[in-house]
Amino acid sequence: MAEADDPRPAQSGDDESIPLMQRVLDNPFLLLFLGIAVPALTYLIWGIIEIAQVPIAD
Amino acid sequence: MATATEFRTCPNTGLKVDLAAERLIKANAVVAIVFLAIGGLFGILVAFTRWPAVHLLPADWFYLALTAHGLDVLLVWIIFFEIAVLYFASAVLLNSRLAAPKFAWAGFVLMVVGALITNVAVLQGDSSVMFTSYVPMRAAPNFYLGLILFAVGALIGCFVFFGTLVVAKAEKTYEGSIPLVTFGAMTAAIIAVFTIVSGAIILIPTWLWSYGLIPDIDPVIYKLIWWGMGHSSQQINVSAHVAIWYAIAALVFGAKPLSEKVSRMAFLMYILFLQIASAHHMLVEPGLSSEWKIFNTSYAMYLAVLGSMVHGMTVPGSIEAAQRKNGYDRGLFEWLRKAPWGNPAFSGMFLSLLMFGFLGGISGVVMGVEQINLIMHNTLYVPGHFHATVVAGTTLAFMAITYVLVPLIFRRELILKGWARLQPYVFGIGVAGNSLFMMGAGTLGVSRRHWDISFADASLPFDYPAAAFLMMGLNGISAILAMLGGLMFVIVVVGSVFFGRKLGADEKVSLGEVAGSGRAVASYGSSDTIKIPGTAVLVAIFFIAFVLYYFVNWKYLSEIWPMS
Amino acid sequence: MALTPPSERIWWKEPIAKIELTWILIAFCWGLIMFFMMIYWHGAGEQNLSNETYRIKPEVFAERAQAMIDEYTVREEEGFPVVRPPPGSDVYLIARLWMWWPILELEKDQSYRLHLSSLDWQHGFSLQPVNINVQVHPGYDLVMTIKPDVAGEYGVVCNEYCGLGHHNMVGKIYVVE
Repeated sequence: MAEADDPRPAQSGDDESIPLMQRVLDNPFLLLFLGIAVPALTYLIWGIIEIAQVPIAD
Repeated sequence: MATATEFRTCPNTGLKVDLAAERLIKANAVVAIVFLAIGGLFGILVAFTRWPAVHLLPADWFYLALTAHGLDVLLVWIIFFEIAVLYFASAVLLNSRLAAPKFAWAGFVLMVVGALITNVAVLQGDSSVMFTSYVPMRAAPNFYLGLILFAVGALIGCFVFFGTLVVAKAEKTYEGSIPLVTFGAMTAAIIAVFTIVSGAIILIPTWLWSYGLIPDIDPVIYKLIWWGMGHSSQQINVSAHVAIWYAIAALVFGAKPLSEKVSRMAFLMYILFLQIASAHHMLVEPGLSSEWKIFNTSYAMYLAVLGSMVHGMTVPGSIEAAQRKNGYDRGLFEWLRKAPWGNPAFSGMFLSLLMFGFLGGISGVVMGVEQINLIMHNTLYVPGHFHATVVAGTTLAFMAITYVLVPLIFRRELILKGWARLQPYVFGIGVAGNSLFMMGAGTLGVSRRHWDISFADASLPFDYPAAAFLMMGLNGISAILAMLGGLMFVIVVVGSVFFGRKLGADEKVSLGEVAGSGRAVASYGSSDTIKIPGTAVLVAIFFIAFVLYYFVNWKYLSEIWPMS
Repeated sequence: MALTPPSERIWWKEPIAKIELTWILIAFCWGLIMFFMMIYWHGAGEQNLSNETYRIKPEVFAERAQAMIDEYTVREEEGFPVVRPPPGSDVYLIARLWMWWPILELEKDQSYRLHLSSLDWQHGFSLQPVNINVQVHPGYDLVMTIKPDVAGEYGVVCNEYCGLGHHNMVGKIYVVE
């Protein structure tokens, strides 16, 4: 798209031309969600499941 | 509800500064420094007690002081300062008003009250449970209550930050994307939210348990969730101090990031993966599988380490590029030799960068290897490592930016400039000593959190090697240096804030002592013009040190008893 | 500047300098090496912490330890029983305020299934001078197979803070030829 070569700062309304990854990085609440979801899943929830599954000694 | 917000205009940058935000930044920074002084005092008591020849405190006071030291510096000083950084990076840098200053003040009051309640509980003597307060050891209920209030206050601070991002975007106070420094601060804020939520999940039940309202709390699950807070809170620091490195490079040199994309992606790696390294504390616990340990301890295949290594190149790289642009273009290192080493903002920042990388970064990754942790867990190697990251890295970076904030935000000229010039070196060398000698003692097996390594009253005799005692003595001497550096900082900053010459409303502040500072280097940074051979040599040295130290420790590991 | 919004509106499309790209690639590959090193060591290395853990009531753990002590005590030392269990057997080491109970006597180059658990608070099993450190929790029985390969007298220090007597909590393990 033509806007890609336009070095001037963004005007409202032409968000479509901004690459996806830049839009992700410009979205604090999406990043906030990811930054909580990833550690909550891989660290907390996975960890709690494993600890809860420790068998009882016979 | 944009009611009348009062602004002043910064004569240096032309930015509008919301006076409400400015007052909050001042309040948070001042309280932060008060707790740094208190926590530092407890720290020196700890170091002098662990110095076998001095052995200052009796056992009960030692454990009390160690609990207070951990709380006040690891949590209170750092979070207060980070809240100040968040308000600065949002309202000031975005040229915006601060969202909901009244909520921000409510958060501030909660944090102060919480910190005081917990400190009082510790000083009363029945809560010497260490910063970590592992169950089933029980502290007084107020110990937990204070922490909970403090965390709620900090959470409000984070929301005010996010609210300000929304306000600034809606009111179009800036164009395009947020500045990189604000992006780094946002990374810190995101990690802070995870940190605080983890803290709430575990501390609220523990508080109820301390009253006997909940019968018991599983010790492994407690540790798991507690470290979701305890370690992640240090990852807030990492994000915040990296943002400060970029800020100082910009303020002193007018440096521009080599690549916005690369630096922001490096911060994204932090957002996604830095927190899961809380697993570093869970590597020798029962009940967790090796799969869980390996995935989490490696920050998902070391992607967050990748982020740090990228910052480790782009920060000095951007300085090198700016300096070369300023005419210091000869040889590999003229840019570095002719850097303003007498400017404490720069020297503090650069020492922070070097020591965080070489001492804190490498030791952290090595200690975080699932198997190698067996020869380091709970030894003095652990505090050795995190004094390099949190003190030499974060605290020194925060001190460095304070030298800039005093004139810019407090509008006072620094007093005792000679002291200020020396301070980062005194503090930095002292802390590097603490870090190295504690790591050395840890390698020799010495336990952390231990009052008497001579085991004079133990039921069975045991001796650590003589070299361990030497290390603890050298650690004590280093602590004296660090204490002096800390004292110099507090005197210079508090003195300047109260007695420094007031700057006129239109008076510009000179931030750097180099040619061309103050004016931003015009646009460079397109891929073909970047020339940073000096930085390339620095990172190559870093990489070699990293690889060697990593494999040396595998060799140490291979020499212990076979176990499976 | 890092303090101002990016000068290009679409900064995502800026090319990356070759030197940055090289460093990213090196750092990424190094990360993979370090990641796979841990997995590799599980197969090829001899020092891996066991994943075998059970929930156990402190009194049950104490009973099992006592049964071992009753059967295999060979002598006493400073009021501690010195226990010499047969190679390959289940060996129990109790952590409690503020002692490691009992003293163990193991044979060099023989394997034992060492059970670690606490009867009260958390403790830290720190075997010196080999410097092997494992966390000990109440209610959890961590079972690890150990094979002492150097004869001598070893100290067991507690390296998890466990109250005022923490620094006096020392145990002993003998490894004999």
